Formats: sequence, C-alpha cells, structure tokens
Amino acid sequence: MSEPILTLEGVYTDIAQYHILHDLDLAVPRGGVTMLLGRNGVGKTTTLRTIMGLWRTKRGTITLDGRDLGAMATAERARLGIGYVPEDMGIFSDLTVAENMTLAAASGPLDAARLEWIFAAFPPLRTFWRSEAGNLSGGQKQMLAIARAMAEERRLYLIDEPTKGLAPAIISTMAGALRDLKSRGASILLVEQNFAVAKALGDSAAVMDDGRVIWAGAMAELAGDAALQERLMGLSMETA
Amino acid sequence: MIDTILSGDRPRSMTLAALLLIILVGLALAPFLFPGVRSLETAARICIFIVLVASYDLLLGYTGIVSFAHTMFFGLGAYGVALTSVHMGRGFDALAVGTVAGALAAAVLAFVIGLLSLRVRAIFFAMITLAVASAVAVLVSQLSQITGGEDGLNYLIPRELTPAFRFGEAFGVKLNGRLLAYYLVFGACLLLFLLLLRVVNSPFGRVLEAIRENDFRAEAIGYRVVAYRTLATCLSAAVAAVAGSIFAIWLRYVGPDTTLSFSIMLDILLMVVIGGMGTMYGAVIGATLFVLAQNYLQTLMGSASDATSALPLIPDLLSPDRWMLWLGVLFVLSVYFFPTGIVGRLRGAR
Repeated sequence: MSEPILTLEGVYTDIAQYHILHDLDLAVPRGGVTMLLGRNGVGKTTTLRTIMGLWRTKRGTITLDGRDLGAMATAERARLGIGYVPEDMGIFSDLTVAENMTLAAASGPLDAARLEWIFAAFPPLRTFWRSEAGNLSGGQKQMLAIARAMAEERRLYLIDEPTKGLAPAIISTMAGALRDLKSRGASILLVEQNFAVAKALGDSAAVMDDGRVIWAGAMAELAGDAALQERLMGLSMETA
Repeated sequence: MIDTILSGDRPRSMTLAALLLIILVGLALAPFLFPGVRSLETAARICIFIVLVASYDLLLGYTGIVSFAHTMFFGLGAYGVALTSVHMGRGFDALAVGTVAGALAAAVLAFVIGLLSLRVRAIFFAMITLAVASAVAVLVSQLSQITGGEDGLNYLIPRELTPAFRFGEAFGVKLNGRLLAYYLVFGACLLLFLLLLRVVNSPFGRVLEAIRENDFRAEAIGYRVVAYRTLATCLSAAVAAVAGSIFAIWLRYVGPDTTLSFSIMLDILLMVVIGGMGTMYGAVIGATLFVLAQNYLQTLMGSASDATSALPLIPDLLSPDRWMLWLGVLFVLSVYFFPTGIVGRLRGAR
C-alpha cells in the first residue's frame, strides 16, 4: 500500500458533552478511493468534519502530507488542498451555479479546460450555469456540490454520502464522475451508505463503530466476505 | 455602458427601473423641478440617507451582520468635518481632512469592534455595537468643550458652498453656493452608491453573500470568515462616516440628535427593511420613501384632514399630529405586503 496522504492517530472529538470519536486511527492512501463505512451514528460524518477542523479534536493528531493540521483553522485546511463536500451539499442557494463554482476556485480563476471536464461529467451544470443554485433539483444540487470540490486540483477530497436520496440515474452520473476523478489520481475519502457504489468505487475501506475504526483493508476483501460484513456492520453487501 | 456603471447589477424589473430613473432624475434636477428650501433639504437628505442605508445594507443584507453602531460611524464622519472646520477654519482643506479623518477613525473603531466580537455569535456582536454606540453618544454629550455637548457645533464652510456666493440665475432659480453644495452632495452620494454597488458585485461581495448564507460552508471552502466580516464592517463604517461628513457639510451644524441618536439607527433599519435587504437598490427606494414620508406626510395629512372636515371622525384620524401613527401603520403594511422589501417584491414579480 502506498504512503498515506492523510493520517489520523489517536483522535478524540467531543460534541458538547458527547464523546463521538474515541482513539480513532485512520490512514488514507495516496491516490484512489478509501471508503469510510459503518452504521448510522458511528462517527463517519464527525470524522470528516474533524479533519476539516469544523469540530476541534480533544486529543490526537491529524497530518496531511506530513503537516500537522491540529492548529490550523478550517479555511487554512481548505487552502492546503482539502476539498470537502458535506452531507447537506453545502451549496450557496442565493448564488448562481457560476458564482458557486467561482467561489470554490479560491486560489484563482476557474480553469477553462477543467470546467469543460466538469461540464462533461455533470451536463446540467452547463445548462443551469446562470441559474440560482437554490432552484436546482436535489440531484443537480449534489452535482454542483461535487463539482465545486472538483473546481480546483485538491490533494484530498472528503465526500460525505454523495448519493443519499438520489434517483438511480443520478447515482450513476455521480459514480461516473467520481470514477473519472479517481482515474486522474485523486485521493478521496468517501462516506457512502450505498454498498453497490462503495463496492464499485472503493480501493480500500475502513469500517467504523462507536467512534473508532474497527477494521481497515482492501475494499475487495470486504466486498468478497459476507461473514466479515455481517460481523462489522451487521449486514451483507450482497443483500443490501 | 450601463452594465459597467451598474457593475452588471441591473434592476431586473421594469417597474423598479422606472422608479429608480424617476428618483435619479428627480434628485439630479431637484433644485429646478422643486424650487424651495424645504424641497432642497429633503432632496439632500434623501441622497445622504441612500448612501447611509446602502452602507448598512452591505453589513446587514449582504453579510448578515446586525449592527447598532451605524449612526456612531455616521456621527464620527460628521464630527470629523465639524471639528476640523472649527479648528482649521473655513476651507476645503478642513472639509477634506475632516472627511478622511472621520472615515479613518470609523474604520479603525470598526476594526477593533470587529476583531473583538465578530468571532462570537451574531447576537453578541449586535449587543457590543449597541453598547459602544451608547457609550460614544454619552461621551460626545459629556465632552462639551470639544464636541459642544448637547448643543453641538456650528461652523463655517467654504463661502463657495453658502447662499452668499451668487453667480446668476437659470430657469427662474438663483444659482448660488447652496446649489453648488447640493450638487456636491448629489455627486458624492452617487459616486459612493456606485462604489458600493461595485463592491457587492465583486468577488469580495460574492464571498460576503456566501458567508451570510452559511459561514461554516464559506470557511470550509477556504475563506477566512472573520477577516471578510471585519473588512466588510470597516468598509461599511468608512462609507457611513463619509455620508456623515457630507451631512455635516450640508447642515453646517452637528449635534448628538442629528447624527448620533438611536432614532436615526431605527430609521436606517426601517429603510433597509422597507426597500429590501441585500439588494442595494432597496436603499434607494427605502430611503426615498421614508424621507419623503418624514417630511411630507404631515402636510399631506393636514390637507386630507381639511378636505374631509365635514365628515365625522376622519378629520381627527387624519390630524397632522398623528403622522407618526400613520407612519407606523404604513411600515406594518409594507412589511406585511412586501416581506422581501419593495425591491424583492418587484424583482419577484417580473
């Protein structure tokens, strides 16, 4: 396995009086898709938010390419090259699609070739380029959310449940775009409940339970072992 | 051309465009269309309040920051001109120094307030601005040797801007320094408004809108929210101070009641809400309607009361003494029928 781009060691995160992450260890390999799996409420979203600095760690270290993120504010982490797509999509409804994309390219103007690539992955964004993002459908909003992360070359993409609540056709578009992103050598940490998507996209996987990673390995190994899935997550991917 | 002047932010409604054009032409030709001291006073006040309200809209409408210190910044600009005019003597240099000093003082104070309180929740920022504004108002009243206390300050402005400076007559209107002063007010306010329009339609303005909608999201895509909020607060304060300086040049008097009172702050809030938050053009509509109502509602009600004197009850209801009551009713009705402000409604109905 290649050297990790992101490492979390002994991370603890509390939200108010609740202890959400306990002694979390996670390594995200450089290049490829790492699936972060687990039942609802085990701390997957909190892990992504902690990496972004939206929740502060109580203990432990987070390093990106060897740089400690601990003291960095969220904006600094983003500027370091982390593209974050939150579960609620995080688009700015009052702004147009164009304005959302322009804002996402924080380091400079949007690259025309990159924009063409994004339009090819998500054709509706070209159609609704001048429309207010709030008027887009749910699927189109999710496309915009991911496109915004793709607006610039990032070191790491953190994507939280991109297919949640979407129609099968949109899920297929979304998976295609992520596969395309992966083929360009991107490093992606993906939280996903749709196991078919997880199986199709994932290179490696980490399964969480009760705020810590309880299993990590190759996605193919997890996908091919129904008993392991049952033991780790209480269900089998084949039947999900 | 128009797009460049308006920074690409067109009115996006024929009715709104027509209203804005009427206001622009009305203000540009006010001395000739509506001759008389009172109408000129009203026109100048409209110009100044458009800028003041637009600068507040930059904070409230575009950045989502509630501040109660806007009149304080307005007052700093006004007192800047008054103090330099008193100490440096009449002259354009005194006006320029006072304007720049007032704007700088406002920006620095806004920076300090912002740095101390914009990291915390919005309600705390609002409370802190309220406390600071109250403290400054009390300070200005108490430091009577410097500020003139409750009586305020009278001072001389350059003779070229006073009625004593005469240079002819056109269209039945005497051309004098007062007319020049009006066009100084009009020109400066127009420039400041267009500057604010440019700011809100720039990439900086888009980030402010993003912060208003969700500051965490803006932070997560790499924008330092506190820095942007602080910069917006400083810019808004500086423009409010320049509006205060223009007001001081026009009035040739400053006092706590005319520049620092909390009632002006409430007026600004009402103008922003009536016009439409986060639209800039809302400042034009809101300020124009509100200042006109403040100045002419009493007269209008007096005429209506006289016209209905034969009827029971109605003349009493329309008595000019009750103008504040009707102003309140008009405000309630406008909020009820135009929850997104007049501009929001007009744009929505296009």
